[in-house]
Formats: sequence, structure tokens, C-alpha cells
Amino acid sequence: MSAGTTKLDVTVADVVPVNELVTRFHFRPTGGGQLPTFSGGAHVVVEMREHEGAVPRLNPYSLMSSPLDTSEYTISIRRDDQGRGGSLFMHRRVKPGDRMVISYPVNLFSLDLRAKKHLMIAGGIGITPFMAQTAQLAAAGGNFELHYACRTAALFTYGDVLTERHGRRIHLYHDDRGEKIELANLLSSQPLGTHLYICGPAPMIDWVRNTAAAAGWPPETVHYEHFAAPQPGKPFDVTLAVTGKTIHVAEQQSLLEAIEAAGVDPPYLCRGGVCGQCETNVVSADGKFLHNDHWLSEEEHRSGKKIMPCVSRFEGRSLVLER
Amino acid sequence: MGINFRKETFRDDFTFRNSPEHVRRFPFPFHEDSYMYAVNIEPHVPGPEGSVLENLIDVDEHYVSEMEDRALVLAEDPLRCQSLPHMTLAGWDLLELLMTEQAKGYPEHFSLTRDGDNWHWINRPLGIDQKFVFGDLSTLPYGPMEYITRQSQGDFCILDQRDGNLWMDAGIVTTQADWSLDFDIGMNFFEWHAPVPLAHEKGVFTRALKFLLNIQQGKPARRLNWTMTINPRLDTSPENYHKWGPDRTTVTPENVGQKVHLRVELQSFWRLPRSNALVFPIRCYLIKMDELVTSKKWARRLHRVLRDLPEELATYKGLTRYRPTVLEWLSKYDDGATTSPGFGPD
Repeated sequence: MSAGTTKLDVTVADVVPVNELVTRFHFRPTGGGQLPTFSGGAHVVVEMREHEGAVPRLNPYSLMSSPLDTSEYTISIRRDDQGRGGSLFMHRRVKPGDRMVISYPVNLFSLDLRAKKHLMIAGGIGITPFMAQTAQLAAAGGNFELHYACRTAALFTYGDVLTERHGRRIHLYHDDRGEKIELANLLSSQPLGTHLYICGPAPMIDWVRNTAAAAGWPPETVHYEHFAAPQPGKPFDVTLAVTGKTIHVAEQQSLLEAIEAAGVDPPYLCRGGVCGQCETNVVSADGKFLHNDHWLSEEEHRSGKKIMPCVSRFEGRSLVLER
Repeated sequence: MGINFRKETFRDDFTFRNSPEHVRRFPFPFHEDSYMYAVNIEPHVPGPEGSVLENLIDVDEHYVSEMEDRALVLAEDPLRCQSLPHMTLAGWDLLELLMTEQAKGYPEHFSLTRDGDNWHWINRPLGIDQKFVFGDLSTLPYGPMEYITRQSQGDFCILDQRDGNLWMDAGIVTTQADWSLDFDIGMNFFEWHAPVPLAHEKGVFTRALKFLLNIQQGKPARRLNWTMTINPRLDTSPENYHKWGPDRTTVTPENVGQKVHLRVELQSFWRLPRSNALVFPIRCYLIKMDELVTSKKWARRLHRVLRDLPEELATYKGLTRYRPTVLEWLSKYDDGATTSPGFGPD
């Protein structure tokens, strides 16, 4: 199989600042017509090119528009001043009328349609997949409830929109007002057949998962998504044993991007350490792995035999990969 | 142009046969002179003009008669079509897929007009003209899956994806090689494949599941499977074993050419967009031995494949009782000449 999914040619229809940190981007199909239907929770991988012909940077973003409307896709991106520059590129460079390439939608955070009720917990920009899921459920008469925490009212991305759309199904919590999700009570008061969904910062996901586990929620009723953005780090060199290439991974580059820049195309879907597609065997290593993925087990991390090149890095003398 | 639909039966007097053009487009499943399980999955992209892969959902000369046979099976046994409550959305996904593909591939026979959620479907071969509201169950005579699969050749299994596995939670199964939807409904991928010999040891199912979980929208995949059937019977189900099982004792050297059929399943795998479920259309193609041996290459190769097939596979496919008779008959067509690689007739 070739890497990634089928591509879509889109044109930026609008760029809308939502608040100090978040900007929304609207994409329409460049050739006209409709975009592919998708399900709530799906993401697309956006290709960002610094200039014509440049090797693209590829970042995943959840689709937040209603799955019922395929005339356009929208995504919302939080500016990350410490990141590798993907969000800064989108915020500063992308203008209405620009042509871009995005992937077909992929859903790694699907609703379990058997659920009698969907209980959603969001933190910060983790709200985006729930925008699409709540729209989908509302249209089908589904039973859902969203608890959404943010730092301040000024940064409460789409808190007002959600409340207007779904009324009492939406519960907002402002950190700066000392409002907290009363999780233990919330989890203990749910009807039988409820499924739990979490999207937000890693500590929030851990907190909710652990609390649910302690309260006896079956693991298959607890769903979460946490894309790890690739982190910048010290540059390092890697030998690719199969193709016989030696590559250099720059400070702002991911290992996967460096492998691709050398003309090798490992499979990928999410580029966020979640889907498992780019899992790569380590032939030999002398140094320290910086694992950032959510795919490999802790045991696999410790073994030094596998790495997820989309988000993980390496520091040390030598690394040889089976690519 | 258009397809000349045959009037024929798959039961009782068994008048099914392939026209010479359809013999040539038969999806012969052996690319070499032997057969063993493999994860033989490839991208489901359109193939050569005139082949069964020309359109991703194939409609052929047996369409009308196959749909009549399906209606007979369902009238006798409604449990051949089941959909667990959470699979209705996937049913609408499948309805969209099949209407869209059939209308695109065969515009002289099918047409679909969409105005928002107001859809208009015309199926000329079956004389159907249906206006309905997409997503509104009350506007169709059946649920969406049953409605469209009563108008589409092949069986359809819809698999829910959750917990890193696939679950057989909906389907319509009336043209199957001895398995039962009613028995398998609700099972996961490993549970419903448990009876298959040899493949587990080779790790085939673990790898196949990993591949299927990652099937992406817009990138369907396919594989071929095969067995043999005595008489051109589509419905070889466990429920009706008493009707077709005894047929296997009736093969004689004189009737092999007419009675014995190679049965090939073209299985394809599609991600459904709204439900994130997968659908597996399992399309059955039958060919009589008399028809098959009109290709010298196919005749030689089938003889060699059957001769060298491991005993476990022959037993699993139910060939044991009549294999010697068929081999003897086919051996007359195998002069020992080498066969060219690939599937096509010479």
C-alpha cells in the first residue's frame, strides 16, 4: 500500500480568527462539488508547503464542521508558539483563495453507535472532534452530554456556539473561576449503556481514564483521542538499513519527515502517534529513545526494538532502522 | 447497448448458464498451478474493460434472476437479512454506495437523482421507481440495507469497528458458501473465522485484521476466494444443507461437465463514511466445468490445483466426495503443457 490516504485538492474559502489563540479554516473542493462524507471524530492530514516544490509538513486536524454538510470542511487550529511551526504556518501564511492538499477523512475516534448515551469530556482545543460529533448526534436525535473545560471565558473556543446549538446538553467550566468538572459524581450518575469520550491535554485524558477505571467502567466504553504533535529536539543521524540511506533529522523536523525527504515512503495515517501505521523496527541503537507515541506499549518502549517515527526522536551515537 | 439479462433459475430445474462472453469474463482465481492461503488482498481499482472489475460494483447478465432467487430465499427465511439496532446508519451508507456505483457504471439501467435529502432512484431491470428521503426510514418499504441489497448482486456483510476488532453486526446473506449470518451475527473477526483450517497457524487472520481495520475511505480493497458447488445453486447455506448436501453424491463421470461448478467469490472491502463501519460485498460467480474447459489454460490449471490441494482444504471446502471423479474428468484436458502466469484465459 502506498503511504497515507487518497488526497483532496481544496481551496481555502475563509480564515476566521476565533480568539487570541485559535483560528478556523474553511476548505472547499477546488474543482467544485461536494467533499467526501465523513463521520464525527474524523481528522484530515493537512499538507503545508513553505514554497512551491518544497517537501510538505503534514499535520493532522480534527474536522469540526457538521458531517451533514459536505460543501466544506472546517478545522480549528490553536497557535503553538513553542511547536515546530505547523500551527504558525497556518496562522500566518494561509489566506483565503490558497490552494492546499488535504487527505481523505480518517476516523480514529469514532462514536460507538451502540451507546445509549454519549458522555463527552473536552479540554481546550480538544473540543474540535466533539463539534462534529454533537452535530451528528443532534441531527439523529442521539442522547449526549458534553462537559468542556477551558482556561478563561476569552479562550472558550465555541463555548457559546455549542450552548446555542445544544442548550442544556452543554456544561462549561472556567479554570480561572475555579470551576471544576465533578468527575466522580458525573461518572457515578450515568445510566447503564453510557459511553465516555475524552479529548484534551494528556493529563486530562489520564485523569478521566483513571477515574473511570477506578469507578469500574469497562475499558471498551471509554474512548479517547490524543494526537501527540511531533516535538522539536536535538538533531540526530539515522541509517536506513533496507534502502541503505543515511539521513539527518533536523531540529524542527520529525523522523518520519526526514525519512520521507530521503525518498522513502513508510505507511502513515495520523502522524500523531495514534494509528500505528508507521511503526518501525530498530535494527540497532546506541543511545536514548524519546518516545512520544500512544501506540506502543510501555514494554515495547523499554525494549528499544520499535519506534514510531511520526512523533518520537533519538539522542545518542547511532541508530539503524529497518526502512 | 446494455446488458441482456437472462431468465434462469438457481434451484429446481437449474437453468443457469453463462453466455460465451460471460465465460470469458469469469474471475478465474488461480494465478499459478497451485493454491494455498495467503493474504491475497489488493487495491479495488477498476480493471480492464469487459472484465468483472470494469466497475467496482459489477452487474451482469444474471442480475434479474439472482434478485428473484434472493427474494425467494428471504420469503422462506427472513433471518437471512439482519441488522442490529446500531447499524442503521451503516445501512444508509451502503444504500448510497450501491446506488451511486450502479448508476455510475450502468446509466442505461439505473439512475439516481439527489436534491439534498430527497432522492429519486430508478432501477429499470427490476421496474422500480422510488422517491424517498435519505435518512428517513418511513420513506422506504424496507430498511435501507435490505432495500438496496434486494437490488444488488452478492451478499453483504456490514462490520462495526470498535475495540480494535470487527463485528458482524448486519448483513444479507443468501448466496453463501455454507455459512450462516444468523449464526455469526454479533461475532468478531476471529470468532467467525475460527473454523478455517491452516490459516490461523500462518498468522493470516491477525495480519488480515490489521489491514482491514486500516481500510480508508476512497481506498477499497479486494480478494478472491473459491470453492466448488454441485448444481448452480446460489443458496448453499447451512440452513438448507438438507437440500444441497445430498447433491454432492450425484456426481458421475457423465455429468461432471454440467453439474460441477467452480464457485468464485469476489470479496471487496469498503470503509463507510457516516458510520465508520466496513462493508464486505461478497459476490458469487459460478461457472460449469463444460464452460471452464473452453479455456485450455484454465482446464489444465484447475486440474493441477485440485490434484495438489491439501486434504484439510479439500475437506473444509466440501470437495472430498467428488474430487476423484472431477479430477479424472479434468485430466483429459491436461496434456501437461506449461501454463502462462496470471489469471486470464490464453
